[in-house]
Amino acid sequence: MTTKEIQNPLINFLLHLGDNALILGHRNSEWCGHGPVLEQDIALTNIALDQIGQARNFYQYAAKLISETSGEKITEDSIAYLRDGWDFKNCLLTELPNGHWGQTVLKQFLIAAYQYYLYQVLEKNSEEQLSAIATKSLKEISYHLRWSSEWVIRLGDGTDDSKQKILDALEIVWPYTNELTNFTDYEIEIIGDTYKNIKDNWIEKVYVVLTEAGLEIPSTVYNHNGGKQGNHTEHLGYILTEMQFLQRAYPNSEW
Amino acid sequence: MTKSEEEIWQILEKISDPEIPVLSIIDLGIIRSVTVNDNTLDGISEVLIHYTPTYSACPAVDMINAEIGVSLHAAGFKNLHLKQKLFPAWTTDWMSEAGKEKLIQYGIAAPIGRSCDNGKLEELKIVCPQCGSNQTILISEFSSTACKALYKCSSCLEPFDYFKCH
Repeated sequence: MTTKEIQNPLINFLLHLGDNALILGHRNSEWCGHGPVLEQDIALTNIALDQIGQARNFYQYAAKLISETSGEKITEDSIAYLRDGWDFKNCLLTELPNGHWGQTVLKQFLIAAYQYYLYQVLEKNSEEQLSAIATKSLKEISYHLRWSSEWVIRLGDGTDDSKQKILDALEIVWPYTNELTNFTDYEIEIIGDTYKNIKDNWIEKVYVVLTEAGLEIPSTVYNHNGGKQGNHTEHLGYILTEMQFLQRAYPNSEW
Repeated sequence: MTKSEEEIWQILEKISDPEIPVLSIIDLGIIRSVTVNDNTLDGISEVLIHYTPTYSACPAVDMINAEIGVSLHAAGFKNLHLKQKLFPAWTTDWMSEAGKEKLIQYGIAAPIGRSCDNGKLEELKIVCPQCGSNQTILISEFSSTACKALYKCSSCLEPFDYFKCH
């Protein structure tokens, strides 16, 4: 299936939210069994589980709307497993490789801070189902944000080695952060003017945490965009190859 | 409430949460409504149950649904519609007081405060369910399941789970 030609802003927005959650959840799940200590391995794996659960809620809602308009039977599984890279609307930051632990928690922090403010806006949305999913997700995201903020501070304010590593990670991921708050038409259609507040709140939160970590916001001149419109880095293809393999090789197979 | 609806609530009371078996799904507060339509054409009562999952990715949902189906079928309710209702979202406020008490007996500290408090986890005084001491330390915000945090008691030195206020 393809969702590339869909014009409905609500469906596109739901796909975008679901894709962000699924791709980041998939990336975080790569740490399962590889975390630095057991508690943190479990923590990040639980975060990944939350994200995949959130993705399912957004996909189920999107699938219902797509099925109603197209007359085809679309499910959450067809959305996750049977679309190609150009159909995915996740931010590029979610698909970047994990790198080391510091880079992973930094990515998680930057995205959780963005989701934290975005979902507070969605919670008040007049679409009941969207508001319900956001309310539930927001509680989970508060924990993700707290956990990842503490890690960024611990590494930035830690040893010379940990500080250097998080500095390097910041240089790598920062050019991908502008896309988070660079809102597209389908997002603005649903959230209205509030997008300006999300941007301000996000940058303020990032500033506060980075400052406490002894880090500075990089002065990047170039920003990467395009994920929200389906233009991705090469990394997404590798994720989909692994994630979709079973359904592609054995169509309609069931667990 | 009709007689068969009452009967169904009693059956549901006996179904436990697979992850925390001391809690019934009624204690958890996930069942929103039970409606029975006895006036069907074929004479088989039609049961409609609305439920709200606790967490976005709660892996116990499918298992709970299966158990509801099996238990009701065994009791003669063969036409069941289970509907998920996400609005309004489930919160730990919906957990019954009896349920919170059962959690503590089971060795899990029960959620403290209202879900909207959004207090900082480390500022909460969590009482050790084993020895009752309030000298406890947060080890990790995430524990054996996503809905729990891991604590350690400084008095009896035992680790324990805290059911997070959501």
